[in-house]
Amino acid sequence: MQRIGVFVCWCGSNIAGTVDVHAVAEALKTESGVVFSTDYQYMCSQAGQDIIKNAIHEHSLTGIVVCSCSPRMHEATFRKTAAAAGLNPYMVEIANIREQCSWIHKDMLSGTEKAIILGKAAVAKVNLNAPLTPGQSTVTKRALVIGGGIAGIQTALDIADAGFPVDIVEKKPTIGGKMAQLDKTFPTLDCAACILTPKMVDAAQNENIRIYSYSEVTEVGGYVGNFDVTIKRKARYVKEDICTGCGLCTEKCPQKKVPNEFNLGMDNRRAIYIPFAQAVPKVATIDADYCTMLKTGKCGVCAKVCTAGAIDYNAKDEFVKEKYGAIVVATGYNPISMEKFDEFAYSQSKDVITSLEFERLTNAAGPTSGKLLRPSDGEHPHKIVFVQCVGSRCENCAEKGKEYCSKICCMYTAKHAMLIRDKYPDTDVYVFYIDVRTPGKAFDEFYRRAVEEYGVHYIKGMVGKVVPEGKKLLVQASDLINGKQLHIDADLVVLAAAIEPDKSARPLATMLTASMDTNDFFTEAHPKLRPVESPTAGVFLSGCCQGPKDIPETVSQASAAASKVIGLLVKDHLTGNPCIAQSNELMCNGCSSCERVCPYGAITYEEKEFRMPDRTTKLRRVASVNPAVCQGCGACTVACPSGAMDLNGFKNNQIMAEVDAICKM
Amino acid sequence: MNNTELKKEILRISGVNVKKCMKCGKCSASCPAYDEMEFHPHQFASMIDNGEIEPLLRSDSLYRCLSCFACMERCPRGVEPAKLIEAVRLTAIRKQGANRMTADDVPQMLDDNTPGQLLVSAFRKYTK
Ligand SMILES: Cc1cc2nc3c(=O)[nH]c(=O)nc-3n(C[C@H](O)[C@H](O)[C@H](O)COP(=O)(O)OP(=O)(O)OC[C@H]3O[C@@H](n4cnc5c(N)ncnc54)[C@H](O)[C@@H]3O)c2cc1C
Ligand code: SF4
Ligand code: SF4
Ligand code: SF4
Ligand code: SF4
Repeated sequence: MQRIGVFVCWCGSNIAGTVDVHAVAEALKTESGVVFSTDYQYMCSQAGQDIIKNAIHEHSLTGIVVCSCSPRMHEATFRKTAAAAGLNPYMVEIANIREQCSWIHKDMLSGTEKAIILGKAAVAKVNLNAPLTPGQSTVTKRALVIGGGIAGIQTALDIADAGFPVDIVEKKPTIGGKMAQLDKTFPTLDCAACILTPKMVDAAQNENIRIYSYSEVTEVGGYVGNFDVTIKRKARYVKEDICTGCGLCTEKCPQKKVPNEFNLGMDNRRAIYIPFAQAVPKVATIDADYCTMLKTGKCGVCAKVCTAGAIDYNAKDEFVKEKYGAIVVATGYNPISMEKFDEFAYSQSKDVITSLEFERLTNAAGPTSGKLLRPSDGEHPHKIVFVQCVGSRCENCAEKGKEYCSKICCMYTAKHAMLIRDKYPDTDVYVFYIDVRTPGKAFDEFYRRAVEEYGVHYIKGMVGKVVPEGKKLLVQASDLINGKQLHIDADLVVLAAAIEPDKSARPLATMLTASMDTNDFFTEAHPKLRPVESPTAGVFLSGCCQGPKDIPETVSQASAAASKVIGLLVKDHLTGNPCIAQSNELMCNGCSSCERVCPYGAITYEEKEFRMPDRTTKLRRVASVNPAVCQGCGACTVACPSGAMDLNGFKNNQIMAEVDAICKM
Repeated sequence: MNNTELKKEILRISGVNVKKCMKCGKCSASCPAYDEMEFHPHQFASMIDNGEIEPLLRSDSLYRCLSCFACMERCPRGVEPAKLIEAVRLTAIRKQGANRMTADDVPQMLDDNTPGQLLVSAFRKYTK
């Protein structure tokens, strides 16, 4: 028989406002096994925890029920409290009378009634609890960073700086991400390349960092501290260790008509290419979709000109298997496609561009060497219209837009407008906005400078349509403040396209069993208190893969993720979760149902000898759970037709006891 | 009907949730009849939300709207201002004797320049 203590928390007025906490403590006193019951204003406080510890000693408690907030919030806190008083931490149960009770009920009567029911269920469960001891596992002291944008680079540099080896897997031929494509950066207008490329070089030269460029993660197994990852190194047909990055091949390759993705298709590159001068690693890559040699077996020019002998037309994809203790996702974002926004004529006119295309057009290393020229005819535009929120904050256009605010476009549009007025004071710049959102250090001042010092015309209202006519783009828009419909004959229209997570993020999340929101941004373990951890142990989040962010925010999050990784890698052992599945071999009939549903691959089968009642022995196939891999999700216990699978801490009889306690009311 | 009831009725007829409007003005930026209208589609959304319906009922804007549905198509929030205008229009013409045209007016309106859509909506304005 257990000796159970019940502790009802007021949570200030959060619970006590709608639940009569004294009545709950009183009602639970008479439940089977309960020998002590009390209530207190803040159970999680030091004083509250002392009440629990003292009661454990005074009443020789063997089990505890805390009626409080969600176990996600404070289960760990109260388990520690119990452990400090010498009680097995798994003898603690939480009855969630806040999120699932006081917050959703309005009147005291029903709130109190429900709190009592929840408390009784928890008591019924503790009566059947047994002490559990978690297992220990080792930690592989190497981290993996997936994505080599500024987020991934910063995370890797910080982890490496702490002395741990770290690998960056980047799917493109070079690291750098979107920041490498930007011109100047708000709010200080320093040049993106000048602050990014030194970091890229640092990453390349750091002896703790290994860069797998032009590579992708194809398989993830294992668990926190011991992930098994397969990395596909795509064939680049150039030997990375031999290529000197001289670039001769990229000048001589006769296949000149390949759209240059680094300049967003606004100019062409060769079939063998180095994305940009400061690429890291600075080695050439052959684009197999365009290389004539690879397609028809005729050409071979690059092999002839390469004095280093780096070209290898017979290269194949390679697969590398590596072990990691921690994984950081830094897969970033992309602007959404503008194809479906017919009203802005993006597909009809070359002079309707996205903001990222604009970055390339003003960039000294871009297709126009930094001169602002119209893509259609190379002329200097005199009237430029910027449209904010294109595809952002869009509620009804799920198939083309996004419901959220993309967060960075107000600021980069102000930047673009300012840069134009600075370089070309003869150009008229209009910005159409719904709101100008500038919450950030020195951000609003930046936007005001665009208006007050640089004379950018900010107009509240959206653009309704853009119609190409001759050399002009006829822009029809609202001017809401003046109650007018405006008609502007623009030379260039720039669309601040919404941003979305990389398309590869969803399959990656599945591999990592990390959760995502409906927009495919990775979700954090807690939106406020654990912003850089995913709910999956050992998986961390860095940069725009978690939500839209500018560079300062990305870098802070990247360093925060690194510090979490370092905190994990310094440990020699990890304490596991003892609430894992266990199969009763005598009941198991080896049907494989559980193996099929286990999302973590924790279940295997073995042939085991069993003594039969007639003293003969029989070889039977039975399930066995790998305690280090099992995450305790419980899927197998539901799937098992013979009831052989059970979950420690959530045994079938415990769950049934809870249900019974509720139904008896 | 008092204003609250009128508002309720218009929201019911149109099926529109005016609270979704984020006041971006894309509807009015798309409207081809903008210069002909006293009140513009975004104002229909906000005035109805404020219960200012009488001025709309009296306004010629109801009959200047081409029912082209550009505002509905473009609104990023799915507010559907054209349906609001239609609902106010219905409320106005359902009042007895408030007909804006008679059956005899129709033949005069038929010429090659008149878009079919305009006639369809013209018929909508005709109660009996
Ligand atoms: C037009 C424009 C202007 C901007 N201007 C500014 C500015 O002035 N100031 C500012 O602070 N911010 C600005 N930003 C925002 C800035 O670009 C981002 O904050 C920053 O790039 C985010 O970095 P990231 O590493 O999270 O993402 P990214 O830069 O997108 O990097 C992600 C990387 O991961 C790689 N990757 C993706 N999926 C995988 C995969 N499955 N496997 C391997 N690798 C993968 C990608 O190839 C990429 O290299 C601007 C953005 C835009 C669109
Ligand atoms: S492949 Fe050869 S020619 Fe091309 S960049 Fe490398 S070293 Fe130079
Ligand atoms: S950041 Fe500004 S432009 Fe971008 S979606 Fe949000 S409000 Fe619109
Ligand atoms: S339906 Fe009416 S209000 Fe809407 S855009 Fe067309 S003419 Fe303008
Ligand atoms: S387009 Fe839609 S959201 Fe924007 S003002 Fe008009 S009704 Fe409101």
